[in-house]
Amino acid sequence: MKKELLDQLVAARRARRAVALVSDVKTGAQRLVAADEAAPDSDLAQAFRFDKSALVGDEFFQIHNPPLRLVLIGAVLIAQSVIPIARATGYDVTVVDPRGAFATGARFPDIALHAEWPQDILPGFGLDRRTAFIALTHDPKIDDEGLDLALKSDAFYIGALGSRKSHAARLARLKARGFDEATLARIRGPIGLAIGAVGAPEIAISIMAEMTKALRLGLT
Amino acid sequence: MQVTEIASFWVSEGRKIALATVVETWGSAPQPVGAQLVIDANGHFEGAVSGGCVEGDVITTAQDVIASGAPQLLEFGVADETAWRAGLACGGRIKIYVEAVV
Repeated sequence: MKKELLDQLVAARRARRAVALVSDVKTGAQRLVAADEAAPDSDLAQAFRFDKSALVGDEFFQIHNPPLRLVLIGAVLIAQSVIPIARATGYDVTVVDPRGAFATGARFPDIALHAEWPQDILPGFGLDRRTAFIALTHDPKIDDEGLDLALKSDAFYIGALGSRKSHAARLARLKARGFDEATLARIRGPIGLAIGAVGAPEIAISIMAEMTKALRLGLT
Repeated sequence: MQVTEIASFWVSEGRKIALATVVETWGSAPQPVGAQLVIDANGHFEGAVSGGCVEGDVITTAQDVIASGAPQLLEFGVADETAWRAGLACGGRIKIYVEAVV
């Protein structure tokens, strides 16, 4: 592979442009093809659609769909445990918390950190189907604003921290905002797979496990 | 950091590197098509193309590929004669494309 091509690939990934690196495994010839350049119904278009790299004849299509993203509302302890696992599994992480005392670079180094209200930052953010969303503040004033936007988006996973009781109260509040039952059922609450998690790191594992299930198998 | 980004970072450090990519699998394979390993001229590597069964051979091949610049297509599996030195315990077969970044 030419260094220039690797640079172009890294730039495309950073800009969240879907590209495929097409390599002829016999000759070594390579090129980058953008998703919107793939002919409709072609093998390449299929590979993009299913996010599956594939060898077709002598050509290998390596699919680079945009990296997964995780939006965390709440610069809290559990966020600090979720972030390293999320990054290890390929997510670009963004933390949103209007409370400046929580959202500090010292507590969240090397992370896109926004000390703003969810309703101020998220509308321009693009919560797409490669994005997971988690509300962690326990503060309805903050979480509900984020959840409202997440429910109107294509986010593949929406989770909210809290007990069954607080989740029921949350659903009632969101229902009053006009969301129907089917839409509200998209929120995983209490958040995470039931693995008997004790403490923030184990809760983080249960959340990441449920998110992975949603990504790979879908949630029913 | 994902393998693509690690590769780019290593190149920026002036290291000579190769990329190994799983391009085809048959049967039970530990890593999916598209999984990658980045290897430098000193044999340092990141990523995975198997459960650890064939990485040793891939790293050795990568040294040749870095030296020659010519890509190689490798195949591993229990049906192969290489099974004795690098077999896949799970019984599958995989094809791996190894290329230098030049």
